[in-house]
Amino acid sequence: MNVSKLKQKVSKHSKIQDRKYKAVVIGVSAGGQKALKTILLGLPSDLTFSIIIVIHRHSDSDDYLERSLNSECRIRVKQADEKENIKDGVVYLAPPNYHLLIEDDNTFSMSVEETVNYARPAIDVLFESAAYAYCPELIGIILTGANYDGSRGLKKIKEMGGLTIVQAPETAEVGDMPRAAIAAVEPDHILPLKEIGPFLMDMNLEEE
Amino acid sequence: MDETSENEKIEFDLLLQAIYQKYGYDFRNYSKASIRRRIRHRFSRSGLKTISEMQHKLLNDKQFFEVLLLDLTVNVTEMFRDPSFFKMIRKTVIPELKKQPFIRVWHAGCSSGEEVYSTAILLNEEGLYKNTLIYATDVNEAVLDKAKKGIFSIDRMKDYTRNYRNAGGIASFADYYTARYDHAIMDNSLKKNIVFSDHNLVTDDVFGEMNLIICRNVLIYFSCDLQERVFGLFWESLRSGGFLCLGSKETIRFSTYSDDFENVAEGEKIYRKNGKITLI
Repeated sequence: MNVSKLKQKVSKHSKIQDRKYKAVVIGVSAGGQKALKTILLGLPSDLTFSIIIVIHRHSDSDDYLERSLNSECRIRVKQADEKENIKDGVVYLAPPNYHLLIEDDNTFSMSVEETVNYARPAIDVLFESAAYAYCPELIGIILTGANYDGSRGLKKIKEMGGLTIVQAPETAEVGDMPRAAIAAVEPDHILPLKEIGPFLMDMNLEEE
Repeated sequence: MDETSENEKIEFDLLLQAIYQKYGYDFRNYSKASIRRRIRHRFSRSGLKTISEMQHKLLNDKQFFEVLLLDLTVNVTEMFRDPSFFKMIRKTVIPELKKQPFIRVWHAGCSSGEEVYSTAILLNEEGLYKNTLIYATDVNEAVLDKAKKGIFSIDRMKDYTRNYRNAGGIASFADYYTARYDHAIMDNSLKKNIVFSDHNLVTDDVFGEMNLIICRNVLIYFSCDLQERVFGLFWESLRSGGFLCLGSKETIRFSTYSDDFENVAEGEKIYRKNGKITLI
């Protein structure tokens, strides 16, 4: 076997590890608080990418979820602010009643335009804007939920070369949203909830 | 970034430039993610092949432009939206306004007017409306027409009644409108001290001295530079001690005008302009 073939083989084996991701976007609905906790609790405080989350919740919600996750997790968790610079190693949640979008200059913007898939914030809106800003250096994840929001956005991430992951429906509190995403996208990975956190840790690479 | 998406970004910028030169509406300094999303939305329904083709159609087809204009200016609003905000207005702003012989209010980016009528109702209940002039402005004349008419869908009135009560409303909300078929027609007495006019925050100037400026969920669509311009415009338009109200996710904190205003309400974006305050 010559050297170039050998190199090919090695690079094929470590294909995923070679990539540096800028961000992970997560969409979650019914059953989301528990699922998020399962994933975020195991993460270290020095991730080399940001995590940006849309969770469907009541428009009058306060920031209780952010505060409780932040106090329990090692990684910093906060609600996204308008025009805020997105930093590695921080988990951001979309504020209730606003769509959250990502700008090319790595900042957040917001919108109160119409609900999408009956939701504001909508997963599709975040995922599509993240795809344009970050792909292919983006991971999109759909978790538990009772509707189909996020399928379109995940498809966009896939089309633009990002990595797509869906929670295995049988491990979801409500399997509709993962099932809809799987039907629409053919995701790169379908993972049980417990394996998603460790998978993200594997993506946490030191920059060369 | 691959070449296709890089080219697409250039096409978006050129399209916004074309709209500005042809029609005078300047979206060039709006937050890009949201404006591109809305252009793509119209594009996907147009049957056109490229954004450049869309630009050509926009230049040559005014009606097509009018349709896109409605997409580009977000016109989602409601009466007494964020009831806690209106409750706080009663608590912190109204007592100060009561010290003024005459009150000028500017609703900047008023859209179809739901919040303007909310403010009129609130001022009326506080006994201030008769001494008030409200300037209600928007960049979009089609929504201004709707605001002027003050006719809203009856379906929304149930939500609005709940908002009104949560905002500290003290009367029966149904007294403020007449129900006719599917519509709720706002009472004429609420309209008499409102001036509706087109005004573009991006390109137009100061037009009066205000005691209160309400501009909620408008600045979120603007770039930092454009926000800075608008804060300057508001600063110039406000009397010393006048109030500026923003949406719950908007802040003046990162602007150079930050030191010229003081946040006077815990949990709400109600700012007061510093400077010598003349009490009468």
